[in-house]
Amino acid sequence: MNANTTITHTQGETQLMARFETVREELAGSVSVDALRSAAAAQLRQAGLPHRRVEEYKYSDLRAFMKSAAPLATPSAAPDIEAALSALDSYGDLERHRIVIANGSYRAEFSDAAALAEDGVTVADFSAALTADDGAQLLATPRTAGQDGLLALNTAFVQGGVVVDVRAGTTVSKPIEIVHVATSEGAQVTRCRIAVGEGAGLRLLETFTGDMGSGELNAVFDYAVGDRAKLASTRLIAGAAAGPRLLTTIATIGADAEFKSLGFIAGPGFARNQQFVNFTGEHSDAKIYGVSMARGTSLADQTLIVDHAVPHCNSREYFKTVLDDSARGVYQGRINVAPHAQKTDGEMMTQALLLSEEAEMANKPELEIFADDVVCAHGATSGQIDEELLFYLRARGIPEDEAQTLLIMAFLSEAIEEFDEEDVTEVLEARVRDWLAVKN
Amino acid sequence: MPAVQETIDQVKAIDVDQYKYGFVTEIESEKGAKGLSEETVRFLSAKKDEPEWMTEWRLDALRRFKTMLEPSWARVSYPDIDFDELYYWAAPKSVEGPKSLDEVDPELLATYEKLGIPLAEQEILAGVEPKNRVAVDAVFDSVSVVTTFKEELKKAGVIFCSISEAVREYPDLVKKYLGSVVPVTDNFYATLNSAVFSDGSFVYVPEGVRCPMELSTYFRINEQNTGQFERTLIIAEKGSYVSYLEGCTAPQRDENQLHAAVVELVALDDAEIKYSTVQNWYPGDKDGKGGIYNFVTKRGDCRGRNSKISWTQVETGSAITWKYPSCILRGDNSRGEFYSIAVSNGHQQVDSGTKMIHLGKNTSSRIISKGISAGVSQNTYRGLVSAHRKASNARNFTQCDSLLIGQDCGAHTVPYIESKNASAVFEHEATTSKISDDQMFYCLQRGLSEEEAVALIVNGFVKDVIQQLPMEFAVEAQKLISISLEGSVG
Repeated sequence: MNANTTITHTQGETQLMARFETVREELAGSVSVDALRSAAAAQLRQAGLPHRRVEEYKYSDLRAFMKSAAPLATPSAAPDIEAALSALDSYGDLERHRIVIANGSYRAEFSDAAALAEDGVTVADFSAALTADDGAQLLATPRTAGQDGLLALNTAFVQGGVVVDVRAGTTVSKPIEIVHVATSEGAQVTRCRIAVGEGAGLRLLETFTGDMGSGELNAVFDYAVGDRAKLASTRLIAGAAAGPRLLTTIATIGADAEFKSLGFIAGPGFARNQQFVNFTGEHSDAKIYGVSMARGTSLADQTLIVDHAVPHCNSREYFKTVLDDSARGVYQGRINVAPHAQKTDGEMMTQALLLSEEAEMANKPELEIFADDVVCAHGATSGQIDEELLFYLRARGIPEDEAQTLLIMAFLSEAIEEFDEEDVTEVLEARVRDWLAVKN
Repeated sequence: MPAVQETIDQVKAIDVDQYKYGFVTEIESEKGAKGLSEETVRFLSAKKDEPEWMTEWRLDALRRFKTMLEPSWARVSYPDIDFDELYYWAAPKSVEGPKSLDEVDPELLATYEKLGIPLAEQEILAGVEPKNRVAVDAVFDSVSVVTTFKEELKKAGVIFCSISEAVREYPDLVKKYLGSVVPVTDNFYATLNSAVFSDGSFVYVPEGVRCPMELSTYFRINEQNTGQFERTLIIAEKGSYVSYLEGCTAPQRDENQLHAAVVELVALDDAEIKYSTVQNWYPGDKDGKGGIYNFVTKRGDCRGRNSKISWTQVETGSAITWKYPSCILRGDNSRGEFYSIAVSNGHQQVDSGTKMIHLGKNTSSRIISKGISAGVSQNTYRGLVSAHRKASNARNFTQCDSLLIGQDCGAHTVPYIESKNASAVFEHEATTSKISDDQMFYCLQRGLSEEEAVALIVNGFVKDVIQQLPMEFAVEAQKLISISLEGSVG
């Protein structure tokens, strides 16, 4: 129900609106971008932060969580970025290009733009692109997102980010890692536009580091996967954070293309990874994986809508969740099949493992089908570790802790290994082990 | 894959323009004043000769109703209902108070005869007990016309009468249980129903009694512009068993009519209630004109240990269905079941499903739902399975499949699965991926073609659902049995 009633703003909302008035002049953008920002701020004023009465946020009440809103982070000093990067341990010594976004702004001096140019990739500052006449198109929102509150927040406050273009036909030799660095407390609101040209290929790594204090991270990744192009993205949400981490993917997939993504949530706090995946060309594939691990009082939310607007596309959605203590896990997935999107093949699976009495899981695997010649399936399970399997291992002399770890590893690996990005897989499995080691 | 021809034919046979029960009974009828107001409620209450507490209960519900907003979350759309343009009371003039069969207006008897519901109590012939006798409570518009086999049931200790009669005759029971499963303010339509409910059945099965025959209620809407507000309350005391059937039809009219029912079931320790519905309200014509709005709140409370409530529904009628028969599994070891086949044709809109709320230890539930949509209809399964903190070892198995026939309809699945207990095991899945290789291999080995094998396995499965229906309704459901769900999507 979206009754037109004036709401009573929470402190967090009031602070957000005050923040908008404060920073409005400083935020980059053309006239039309400014209009979009104002409209988004007006939406926030009218509807407030997304809360549990909004269906998409039923289990992740951002309004209740964001009791206060920190100011936007101010630009980072170079030595601080350097220090943060040298401490960063995301993918070990995996060969990769790096793009750095510090405190919400693209930092060319820490990024490998020159090397990328040689590899057929151009990198531009998102905030500069916003000031161009056609800057507003960079803030377009997908139809399936509706009036999404996170996207509106992003549009209102977006500070910077990058515009990455992979030239048609180019397969980028090394993965690109986009690192979000926080060098001081404060909110970071960014947006990255990644366009993979026709027939091109890119592996993308997204990492986040540093302490933002109570500030929120609101990052949007807008992928345009061209015809016959391939994009594989790995999103790693780990490390401590007091504020909410709000990630959004918008993926637009052309014809005969392949899109693959893994959203890995291992951090404490409030994390939401929401994805809007849209097929716009026929005969394309999307494989969307998610791994969530949460303990303490954390909330790990994986939400996605896959929109089969055209015929002959396949999508696979596999999500695994492990919850301990009184953590909460959320999975909300929906496959839309538009009228006439015949021969769609969709398969969605969400599985949760609850390790403690207080953990809670909410699964909502939805199908919305308007075409008659399609195959769509969905499944959901939740439960605890299988006693029989545990017994089997213990009977073979494996101590209980180790046996548990083994079973949890096996459970999560199903998704990580399906993702099938070898070097990345190893790093992520090591992360799972580290996470489990904390418990034991 | 698309639906097979056989299925298409089957669904066509029950298409909206094939509706058989669309005739109107010409009978002189008395209506209350139009509109929803305190006067309407008082008039209704007075008509039913209700005690003061009941009138107050209704008025309280009405006051609360006035503060509520109509829910909009279901995937159905319809023009705003003007509750002041409806009649809340309509009854055949010839019905005044409870009657014996001999006194019932022959016109009414003929109507039920025509609907295939003989109201005459079968005589026992030369000491031969007829099999499958069914006691019927016939509700015509706002009143119960007659209840059969009452005396015989009374001998067994079972109370089976209209709810109006129960309010007068068994006020203590009604006071104790009415609104205890579906609270007055549960939702918009339940609150409306609480204010203006007209008639329905009341069943009380005493401790340890196995109800000697099937009980059933047949709802018929006849009058124009009339809402029907059914209220049914079934109480199964410790260790008792009852099977209850419900059927519904309405004449073909151009206006939409409202049926807003509330059904409450209470099962105490070791009791079992089996509730079956064959819902065949007028679905509107092929252009979507007319038809019943079926906004129903049905809920069963497994209050006692080892109790069991089972819902079975075959839904083919109504322009709009908004219905979620649910089980609250409060008692330890209690069990809830939901079996449903919902077929939508023409312009029908179905938003139906169930809620299984696990509160007690070792509770289990099972949901089997089949949705078939054709024409330009929309068919949504919406369900909730939840395990609360203390629901250790709760188990749920859900299977919900849907099948689309044609390019202009839609089938949707919206399951909510909430687990707050680690030892709760929930599984939710769709069939297409579930025909096991072993079963297929077995059939192929024996010379069946792949298609035959799939049909055999899937049909066998649908029959499982149909078999949950008592004999008497199996006939009505027969035409649905052979529907193959081959080509179904999850």
